[in-house]
Amino acid sequence: MSAIEVEGLRKSYGGREVLHDLSFTVETGEVFALLGPNGAGKTTTVEILEGYRHRDSGDVRVLGHDPERPGSDFRARIGIVLQSSAVYHLLTVREMLDLFAGYYPAPRPVDEVVELVGLGEKRDARVRTLSGGQLRRLDLALALVGDPELLFLDEPTTGFDPGARRQAWETVRELRTLGKSIVLTTHYMEEAQRLADRVAILRDGRIVSTGSPRELLTGHAAVEIRFRRNGKEVVLETDEPTRVLHELTTEAMAQGLELEGLEVHRRTLEDLYLEVTREN
Amino acid sequence: MRLALHELRVQQLLFWRNREAAFFTFLFPVILLVLLGSVYGDEPIEGVRAATYLVAGLLGYGVAAAAFASLAITLVVRREAGVLKRVRGTPLSPALYLGAVIGSTVVIVALQVVVQILIGRFVLDAHWPESPLSFAAAIMLGAAAFAALGLAVSALVRTAEGSSAVVNAIYLPMAFISGAFFPTRELPGFLEAVAEVLPLTHLLRLIRATFVEGEGLAGSPEALAALAAWGLAGLLLALRMFRWEPREGMSGA
Repeated sequence: MSAIEVEGLRKSYGGREVLHDLSFTVETGEVFALLGPNGAGKTTTVEILEGYRHRDSGDVRVLGHDPERPGSDFRARIGIVLQSSAVYHLLTVREMLDLFAGYYPAPRPVDEVVELVGLGEKRDARVRTLSGGQLRRLDLALALVGDPELLFLDEPTTGFDPGARRQAWETVRELRTLGKSIVLTTHYMEEAQRLADRVAILRDGRIVSTGSPRELLTGHAAVEIRFRRNGKEVVLETDEPTRVLHELTTEAMAQGLELEGLEVHRRTLEDLYLEVTREN
Repeated sequence: MRLALHELRVQQLLFWRNREAAFFTFLFPVILLVLLGSVYGDEPIEGVRAATYLVAGLLGYGVAAAAFASLAITLVVRREAGVLKRVRGTPLSPALYLGAVIGSTVVIVALQVVVQILIGRFVLDAHWPESPLSFAAAIMLGAAAFAALGLAVSALVRTAEGSSAVVNAIYLPMAFISGAFFPTRELPGFLEAVAEVLPLTHLLRLIRATFVEGEGLAGSPEALAALAAWGLAGLLLALRMFRWEPREGMSGA
């Protein structure tokens, strides 16, 4: 069964339609990334799935429930990381997690969750003494403590330093290994490329591209080769970088020339993203 | 039940760890009682020692400070910080959560009543409550009505920064006009008319009737009805207006 099924989802705010006929599916056990510029409708979509917002029309099923009229176990089976941290600053990390663990029928052991997100050393620290990155890890821990099947992570690594981001990615991979389904929104294309089984790119409330990162990148020239010749920039796009590079370098060697500023760049999700979200 | 007690315990922890709030909500009324009591506790007011009259007044003020002001500010700050939204995303029932938050303010009211009565009795030589059961009922009714009003006002305030200002601008003048600190006989006529409407005026009448005069609640049906009407109005407004999500920064995106 799919974790999430969305068919023909529409939503307007004050007469302006922000989601136009959105349809997508998130399979059980996969990491699904929603990408798009600010204002594209990512958070609105996620908050409709979480049951925070009403939709205007369309069919939405999350773990078999309609999130607007969820059954009693719906909230026990999902975990939510909102876009901004929301915690009691006067509690300690452990007190905060103990409190939330109490809300769920079958919580994970608090100490285990603390270790999983890498807050072991901070477990007895007051929440207000945590850094921004540590606060986000506490947010993630709070979403995990109920041992949910489905996790919503809305920009979970915004503001992280590179080390903390890698650590967060490891945590997400571990959760995927445990069979959790994960819906992720992010502005970091590298994050989506590394973590997501499938992505959907939103622009102005429409899905403009969807599939696995690998699928999305095939059909386009995979590699870009750049160099300068006589002071002019040359850009070649190719699916056969080995052959093209060999020809280029052979020719240059024969003529005793240097390929100035030679660069070989594999096309990334970010290149694709920038193309499909570019304003007309 | 276990969950409710756990939530209540954490709400208490949060209250007492917030030093400024604990000071203004809990200690400030007690300090006012000691100060005012030392200045004119021995003079007669309406035929009784001022000390007894003052204890009754500050008990009413304490109910408004905890059940109304502190509750409203706490809820606005939590709502704007996204904490209420976060709680709403868990399986915890919203009613249980609000019940625990309100229950926690009732615990604070109860503690304050005990402390004020003891200070009144042993420091200021005031009386014990004359009709203890009716007095306790008056305090609980007042706490319920002011908590309902606190919920309603929290829904009307838009920003966390503005919450103390708005709430203080409502309940401090109310405390003066209603006569929590001194008798209102010398108020100008229009203020007297305002006082006649305010919920704290009616709570103070109930407290004085039961604490000072030794009457039952049934002896003040008008005050009882007025206070209940305020509580009901607050509850209806809260049911219509109460929000779990931040009002600021809703981008809709």
